[in-house]
Amino acid sequence: MRFVLRKLGFYAVALWAALTLNFAIPRLMPGNPVDILLARLQQRGGQVTAETRTAYALLLGGDSDQPILEQYVQYLGNLLRGDLGVSVSYFPARVSDVILQSLPWTIVLVGLATVITAILGVLLGAFVGWKPGTWLDSLVPATTLMASMPYFWLALVLVYFLARNLGWFPMQGGFDVTLQPGWNADFIGSAIQHGFLPALTIVLASIGGWLLGMRNMMVSTLSEDYVLTAEAKGLSPTKILRSYAARNAVLPSVAGFAISLGFVVSGSVITEQVFSYPGIGSRLLMAVSNNDFALMQGMFLFITLSVLAANLVVDLLYGLIDPRTRARS
Amino acid sequence: MTHLSTDNGPTVGSAADEKLAPVASSADRPRAGWRAMLPTMTPWLALGLFLVISIALFGTIGPYLVGDPGQIRDIGLTAPSGEFVLGTTQTGQDVFAQLAHATRGSLQIGLLVGLIATALSCFFGIYGAYRGGLTDEAFSLLSNVMLVIPGLPLVIVISGFVPREARGLWTIAVVLAITSWAGSARVLRAQTLSVRSRDYVAAARVAGERSWRVIVVEILPNLLPVIASQFVFAVIAAILGEAGLAFIGLGASNASTLGTMLFFAQNGFALGMGAWWWFAPPGLLIALFGMGLSLINFSIDEIINPKLKNVRAHRKRARKAIRLEREVRRADRRTAGRSEAGAQEVASR
Repeated sequence: MRFVLRKLGFYAVALWAALTLNFAIPRLMPGNPVDILLARLQQRGGQVTAETRTAYALLLGGDSDQPILEQYVQYLGNLLRGDLGVSVSYFPARVSDVILQSLPWTIVLVGLATVITAILGVLLGAFVGWKPGTWLDSLVPATTLMASMPYFWLALVLVYFLARNLGWFPMQGGFDVTLQPGWNADFIGSAIQHGFLPALTIVLASIGGWLLGMRNMMVSTLSEDYVLTAEAKGLSPTKILRSYAARNAVLPSVAGFAISLGFVVSGSVITEQVFSYPGIGSRLLMAVSNNDFALMQGMFLFITLSVLAANLVVDLLYGLIDPRTRARS
Repeated sequence: MTHLSTDNGPTVGSAADEKLAPVASSADRPRAGWRAMLPTMTPWLALGLFLVISIALFGTIGPYLVGDPGQIRDIGLTAPSGEFVLGTTQTGQDVFAQLAHATRGSLQIGLLVGLIATALSCFFGIYGAYRGGLTDEAFSLLSNVMLVIPGLPLVIVISGFVPREARGLWTIAVVLAITSWAGSARVLRAQTLSVRSRDYVAAARVAGERSWRVIVVEILPNLLPVIASQFVFAVIAAILGEAGLAFIGLGASNASTLGTMLFFAQNGFALGMGAWWWFAPPGLLIALFGMGLSLINFSIDEIINPKLKNVRAHRKRARKAIRLEREVRRADRRTAGRSEAGAQEVASR
């Protein structure tokens, strides 16, 4: 119980830090985002009333005479009500609606790709680590090349070969625009076809880390006494691999999931841009290039929230899997 | 502390004691101690050094040897040929010349960010762990929080708020450094905690040494391999991060980097036109440089990670055996009369 409370406490602090960063960044940066935003809003035919102005000023800082503490409290209050303001680039849509619309795309794409990568990487790493010193082992340094590639560049290369030259996959978009989004076979098929290349990019670019981590743990687990004991007992190698070595070696990889998720989300933001995928990433970049600060902040908040939530779940699960973490805290 | 510290990196803590002990005990033989901290040469390390050094040379000397990267010609998008090794861009600029200048820009930003981020992580990691108590708690909480907040979206948001005119090389470097120090700070903290409790550190403190001296003279030398490896990681991350940022048009406005090259290639429809010579080289260069640095890091890792210590010792023994065998065989040939058995006996030792 103490373990769970500690975890919850940590994530509460992290959440508060993210909210505060979101509050502080526009106020610390040069320039006056409120004026730019209002000017754009007017261009779009939006009504700029005094209230709109204070609402944006609360979100982004600026020329308000309110003391900063009061602004902060009101900002938190607005967030609690789910009020993130109005998007300029998708006027008159609300920021929260724009986010909710694009969130499923990213969650499915990044989530599936990450799970596939994790499983594949851990399995491969277990096999490579099981027999250190064989030719498989010499493949390991080659994975560093994959890991050092910029995600988006790998995406460009894949698009060039698989989509442009071979024509196996569409080059852009999240689904065939002639189809109506909905739960029918046509649409889902087209979504899978469009999502394949972005997912492949994420899998290829991030599998090296999993493989390497698992392989290193595997090598060190194999020198443990209990593995020797299992061998001495005459257990079959597959049983030792599955129930003795891999089980214990996988623990740090599970914990590493949290950190890798942050990287994957970061990488996929730009990958989405390459594919013009209708997810969070390309919307965030759209917001940046349109100076849509309200949408930018909302996006950042949402991405951070999802990463924090995923981390919390993994952490709590990890406490169940590995009793040592509970004992330590 | 949260359990987040169990990552895939060098697992430190109690295990670090095992590893660093021989270094400390061999103080009477300083040369051997220093050699234990240098990586052994392997083919992979050699490849890594070769990649890093040649790309670094390309970035430093290359710009002087190539023509003007900005010069516009009326031969847009020509494929690689004798005159233009890597072809031309949409506006007829020499891709190879651009590559040389862009490599220099990327290396600059990578080094800059690497230095700032390493300095930050040393401060938060080493100083916090050395002071202990509330400072340590606060610093480690800060780095854990920074670690779970996704870096690139944060960087994008920060750079989005900075007006384009103010977005120089330094701004980008500082932003990238602020969002990337946390991971290595945690590694350094764990290492410092184990070094801090050594007797000679305690002795130095009891003797009334000031804390900066204890940190710099007693603790820091033990952490050098770790810091080196974290620095290498920081450089890779920075070059990748900057490339991503520049690719979406948020890079430094006054510098040309490999990321800006990719940005122009993407906006010039290099992909749709099939101009692979425009978008392939910059990314490949980043990947190769990153690979070279990672390979170097592998070798450093074998020193700092006690779990890989055996691999290294094993390799050394095997190499010694081969050398001995060769010497014995040579001696055999010279004396010609000795039996094979003797050689095998020596070799098998």
